[in-house]
Amino acid sequence: MTLRPFRRLESRTVVLPQADIDTDQIIPARYLKGTTRAGLGRSLFAGWRYDESGQERPDFPLSRPEARGADVLVAGANFGCGSSREHAPWALLDHGFRAVVSSSIADIFRANSLKNGLLPVIVDPATHEILLANPGMRVAIDLESCTLEFDEARVGFAIDPFSRKCLLEGVDELGYLKAQEEAIAAYEKEAGCAR
Amino acid sequence: MAQSDPRTLFAKIWDAHLVRPETDEAPAVLYVDLHLIHEVTSPQAFSVLRERGLRVRRPDKTVATMDHSIPTTPRPQGTRLVVQDQECAAQLSALEANCAEFGVELHSLESEHQGIVHVIGAEMGLTRPGMTIVCGDSHTSTHGAFGALAFGIGTTEVGHVLATQCLLQRRPRTLQVRVDGRLRPGVSAKDLILAVIARIGVAGGAGHVIEYTGSAIRALSMEERMTVCNMSIEAGARAGLIAPDDVTFQFLAGRPRSPKGAAWDAAVAGWRTLPGDPGAAFDRTVTLDADALEPRITFGTNPSMSVPIRGAVPDPGSATDAADRAAFDRAVRYMGLRPGQALLGHPIEVVFIGSCTNGRLEDLRAAATVLRGRKVKGGVRALIVPGSRQVKRAAEAEGLDRVFRDAGAEWREPGCSMCIAMNGDQLRPGQSAVSTSNRNFEGRQGAGGRTFLASPLTAAAAAVAGAIADPRELLR
Repeated sequence: MTLRPFRRLESRTVVLPQADIDTDQIIPARYLKGTTRAGLGRSLFAGWRYDESGQERPDFPLSRPEARGADVLVAGANFGCGSSREHAPWALLDHGFRAVVSSSIADIFRANSLKNGLLPVIVDPATHEILLANPGMRVAIDLESCTLEFDEARVGFAIDPFSRKCLLEGVDELGYLKAQEEAIAAYEKEAGCAR
Repeated sequence: MAQSDPRTLFAKIWDAHLVRPETDEAPAVLYVDLHLIHEVTSPQAFSVLRERGLRVRRPDKTVATMDHSIPTTPRPQGTRLVVQDQECAAQLSALEANCAEFGVELHSLESEHQGIVHVIGAEMGLTRPGMTIVCGDSHTSTHGAFGALAFGIGTTEVGHVLATQCLLQRRPRTLQVRVDGRLRPGVSAKDLILAVIARIGVAGGAGHVIEYTGSAIRALSMEERMTVCNMSIEAGARAGLIAPDDVTFQFLAGRPRSPKGAAWDAAVAGWRTLPGDPGAAFDRTVTLDADALEPRITFGTNPSMSVPIRGAVPDPGSATDAADRAAFDRAVRYMGLRPGQALLGHPIEVVFIGSCTNGRLEDLRAAATVLRGRKVKGGVRALIVPGSRQVKRAAEAEGLDRVFRDAGAEWREPGCSMCIAMNGDQLRPGQSAVSTSNRNFEGRQGAGGRTFLASPLTAAAAAVAGAIADPRELLR
C-alpha cells in the first residue's frame, strides 16, 4: 500500500504548549468505538475543544480563525504519552495536520505517526521554546535535508533513516516485512516453531 | 557482540528473536511469539489484510478476547449479556467475524477464559518466560513480570504481526530499577510502582526497557510483579521485565496452556538460563529503598504526580520553570485541589477496584481484608470489577463476592470497565474517584471526572471513609 509521500511542507503552526499531552487528550476513549479510521478529526482534542453542549470553544488554539489550514502542530514536551491507540495520529491527520513538532515525543505515538505519514519532528529545547512562544509562525519542514526553517533560522532534526525513506517514497513497511518471508521461515525452522 | 559477553535478560530475549539484526539503514526484524488482540485496536488491521488479500500467518500464535468496551453490569448466572451501545456491539461483532474468517482463537463474552487481555494471558499460561509478546494495548508491559519482552503496539503494527508474525524495531536501551529492602505492612506493589514513576517521571523511561531487580522485587508474588510491570508504560518505557525464578515457575505450573511432563522440565531448564549474567551492564540504573515506602496516592493528572498518603499536594514554588508551573497549576486545579492541601480526608464519590493493573485475585483479597465487616460510606459508589471470568469464579469460591455485597459495593462482570470508561462505567463531571487503575489523565474515567490512583487496600479504605484514607488504620 502507498502512503502520501512527505518531502517538504510549508505552513503556519498551531501551538498547544502543555507538556505531557496524553493520547486520552488527543482523542478520548469514548471515540474509539468505530471499526474504520475515517472521520476521527472531529473528535480530535474533544475534551478541550468542545464545551458541555458540544459547541467548539472559540479560544481553543485549533478553533481560532488563524489555525485554519495550518498543517503543523507544535506541542509541549513528551507529546503523545499514554496509550497505544493509533486513533491519535489518525485523528490528527484527519483534521489536516501533517507534522507534530516538540522537544520529545512518546515512543509508541511516534512509531504510529511514522507509519501513517504524520511526521514527528524533534527539535532542540531552544528551538522548541521559540516555536512555543510564537503561535502562527511560518515554518518549512524539509524531509530531504531533515531541516526545519523559520525566520532566518534553519535547524536539523533526527529521524530514523528507514522511516525517512518510507515517508519520502510514500511506501509503507508491510511490503518490506512481507519480502522477508524467506528469512522468517528460516528463523521459525531454526527456533523449532515452524508450523 | 560476542556470545560470551555478559548479557542482560533483555539482551538474551532480544537476540533470540532476531530474524534480521538491525543496521543503520533498517530496523531489526523481530519475531513475535504471542500476539494478543482485542476489539478496539484490531478491526482496522484485519481490514488491511482483507484489502491486500493476506492471511493471518500464525493463527496458532494469536489469541483474542473482548474486554475494553463490554458492559460489566451484574447479571443473573446463565443469562446472556446484551450490549446496548450499538457502536460497541458492532465492534464486538467485527471481532467475532474477523476471528472466524482468519481462524483466530477468540474468548468471547460467554467463554470461561474471557477477561482483560493482560489478565487472561497469564492465567491461561499463554505468557511464558523468554517470549516476545505484543498487543495493541500499551499495558502489554504487564507480561514482563514473567521475564517476557512484552510491549504495546499500534494498529498498523497489529497488521504487520498478523501478516508476518514480525515487527520492525530499533533496539531500546536498558534501565535497571533496583529496589532493595522489604515493603512494610499496608504498602503494596502499586505503591512501589507509583514511587518509581514519581522518581523518574512520566517520560523517565522513554526509549528504554526497564528491568526491575533487587530483594524487594524478588519477594513479590507474580500478581504483584504484574502490577509493577503493568505501569512501566506510565514512566514512558515500552516494557518492564522481571527475571523469572521459582515464584514464576510455580505460578505457571499446571496452567491450561503451560507445557506438561518432560516438556515442562525442558522449558524450566531453559527459563533458568534467562536471568541476566553477572556483570551485564545496563545503560542506566535507579535505586529505591522499599523500607522507606508508604501507601501512595496521586494528586494530579498524570501518574508521576503522587505523594505518600499522609502527605500534601506539593507546592512547586519557584524552583520549576514557567511551563512546568503552568502544567502543575492546571492539573491541581482540574483535581479540585490546591498546593499545600492534605490528601487525607479529601472527599470522594466513587471507588473503582479492578483493571489490568489491580484486577486479579490477590487484589480482590486485599480489598476484602479492608471491607470485611465494614460498610461503604453512604453516598459512595464502589465498583468491584474482576479482571477475568476465572478471577470472578475464584473470588466467589472464597466468598469475596459476599464480603463486597455485604459492604454495599457492586460486584460486577469482568472487563476493563471504568479504567478506560468506554462501556458506560464512568464518572460524571466533577466526581472524584479513588481508582486502582493506571491512568489519572483528564477525563480518563469520564469527561470532567477526577481520578486518584491508589492500591486496592487504599481504594477500599476510601470506600469505607468516603474520603482519601490511610488503609493501615483499618488493618490494625
